[in-house]
Amino acid sequence: MERPDWKERWAGLFFVAPFLLLFALFMLWPIVSGLWNSFFNTSLAGVKHEFLGLQNWQDLFGDPAVWSSLKNTLVFTAMSTPPLVIVALAMALLANRKGLLGWLLRFSYFAPFVLPATVVTLIWVWIYQPGFGLVNGLLTAGGFAEIDWLNTENRAMLAVVITTVWWTVGFNFLLYLAALQGIPAQIYEAAAIDGAGGRQQLFRITLPLLRRTTGLIVVLQLVASLKIFDQIYLMTDGGPNYATRPIIQYIYETGFTSYRIGYASAISYLFFAIIVIVALAQFKLFSGREETA
Amino acid sequence: MPPVPPSRPGRRAVLGGLLGALTLTGCGALSSKPRVREWNLFGGGDGARLLQIHQQYVAEHPGVAFQAHTLAWGPPFYTKLAMSAAGGRAPEVATMHMSRLKGFSPTTMLDPIPVELLAAAGVQQSDFLPATWDRCVIDGRLYAVPLDQHPFVLYYNLEICKKAGLLGPDNKIKPVKGVTPFLDMLRAVKETTGKYAVSVDTTSPWRLWWTLYGQLEGEFFSPDGKELVIDDAKALEALDLIAKLASEGLTPRSANYAALVAQFSNGEAGLSFNGEWEVTTYQTAKLPFSMAPFPVVYDVPKFQGDSHTFVLPHQARRNADDTKATIEYIAWMLKHSVEWAAGGHIPAYQPVVQSQEYLDLKPQAEYRSVAPNVFYDPDAWFSGSGAQLENESAAAFSGIATGQATPKSALAQFKAATQKLLDTPSPV
Repeated sequence: MERPDWKERWAGLFFVAPFLLLFALFMLWPIVSGLWNSFFNTSLAGVKHEFLGLQNWQDLFGDPAVWSSLKNTLVFTAMSTPPLVIVALAMALLANRKGLLGWLLRFSYFAPFVLPATVVTLIWVWIYQPGFGLVNGLLTAGGFAEIDWLNTENRAMLAVVITTVWWTVGFNFLLYLAALQGIPAQIYEAAAIDGAGGRQQLFRITLPLLRRTTGLIVVLQLVASLKIFDQIYLMTDGGPNYATRPIIQYIYETGFTSYRIGYASAISYLFFAIIVIVALAQFKLFSGREETA
Repeated sequence: MPPVPPSRPGRRAVLGGLLGALTLTGCGALSSKPRVREWNLFGGGDGARLLQIHQQYVAEHPGVAFQAHTLAWGPPFYTKLAMSAAGGRAPEVATMHMSRLKGFSPTTMLDPIPVELLAAAGVQQSDFLPATWDRCVIDGRLYAVPLDQHPFVLYYNLEICKKAGLLGPDNKIKPVKGVTPFLDMLRAVKETTGKYAVSVDTTSPWRLWWTLYGQLEGEFFSPDGKELVIDDAKALEALDLIAKLASEGLTPRSANYAALVAQFSNGEAGLSFNGEWEVTTYQTAKLPFSMAPFPVVYDVPKFQGDSHTFVLPHQARRNADDTKATIEYIAWMLKHSVEWAAGGHIPAYQPVVQSQEYLDLKPQAEYRSVAPNVFYDPDAWFSGSGAQLENESAAAFSGIATGQATPKSALAQFKAATQKLLDTPSPV
């Protein structure tokens, strides 16, 4: 057995120290202090706080705003994830070609992704505007009634999902495109020689070989969708009548607008637990798939 | 939210950034000028006015290092201000709605205003209406200096109202009193525009509702502030009127704040119910318009409103020179508040209110008579401009104009939400 080289070990630690320090300061410490705060009625205003035990946690389970905003987050995730994966795949298949058309498609599919949230929401709020917006203009031109998208309770979330797909599908598209371009051309050549048509090539070669990429995209997308906040805050501010308010916005309102940091920490922990469960479930499914592939 | 692509700043960039940060923090101590950093929330037409006033202040005070920052109105502003004050590294001075003062935990997040410095700068208690001044005193200490009052008013398009026969011989709108004359006036305007009578923010009807409810002499909290004593009949009467306006097409069924401004600007509506702060916007658009007090639809003159004040957010290490310069800045702003009044707000500083220069401002001086009848939001930690109570009212009441909610169900929802806030132990 080789003697452990402590000098080398210390050198390694030295190199990762800057990261470790920042990680501990800005990740580990807030996580611990958040848990600690959830047992107190800590106020942002700095007035005296006292130990509450499990009071915050009890309140949380009886607070309908927690559950309705959590439901909104989950509804958004369920509505946005499938199109963000399927549309990205379709776009990648279309754009995976040489020449000017391929370049144009790649450019226009990815372009919205580089815009900041503020710009995207500004554009889409105008598009959804009743009276003079693009969508309602098309609806009335086609003989349909106008819809006040962002102010109607069962339409607002759909409107946000459509905006989100337009804005962020470019990233998933890029991952798919890279994966497509990684499939060796010989496989298709061999298949063509064996008489496989385009449809057979797609279902027997392309899609199976993209399976790992799909797994990755689904994981990333689920986590990103669960963290929904920006678009909703900017487009509907959680309205109408809280029909789109995601849980992160409720945490923000509780902790920072109403100064109730203790209670907000407790809700954050509930949400943290849900994300961990989703991630673990995903990991199980994902790793299972890889073995069979 | 999109997944953030990983970015790796180079080693040199990180080291350079750290060194830069170290040298920058040293800089403040070297400067000998007193420093006045001001945070405000004026993003509308009044913000453009503030910039001009600040330019004049900077030109006249080369000895002061002055910086002003405009932050997004409402929760974003108050959140940032609270964070900076909680950390003790706040700017020297900030604007705050009078209605937010008590809910902002003045004893921990604000520093009291040194009255003797204010007097030395030429501003004293007698320069303000007693009711305004008294609201700024908490536990015997002054925590805010009022700058203005901003009531809910009536804007009217001169051309449209003339055609509708609503103007008197002096070219001013004839005052109406009572529900029927009020509705008759609106119907006449609607006939003239062919679209709407009034532009209002239906997504946040708080100001309209609170004005109407105040005119009905409705109560909200018990005197000790512990119980909700809302008068259902009166509250419903006001909400029914809002529903009626929308169902008759006198107001839009759905319009947010931007739409309110647009519909009055482009003549789709001949009247507008709003705070008086958009006067600069319409003047810039060269719209033929004037302003008047909001009609007394019910029993008594009450007009939802608030005041902007200056406060000293809490600083852990307050510098005497900076504080002195800050108080002088506040006094200077009050004395120059006629320029501020040009943006719509009624000055709080009485020497300016009585000046000829202010009286000559048209249409800004047309509604100055309402100042004593400005009806502030209910007194509670969760109440005030842009605070939780207004948000709850917006959530509950915005469905009334669209027809998605009945006044009855909306009121029930609002009362339940208010009761829940009342049952929450105060964090301040």
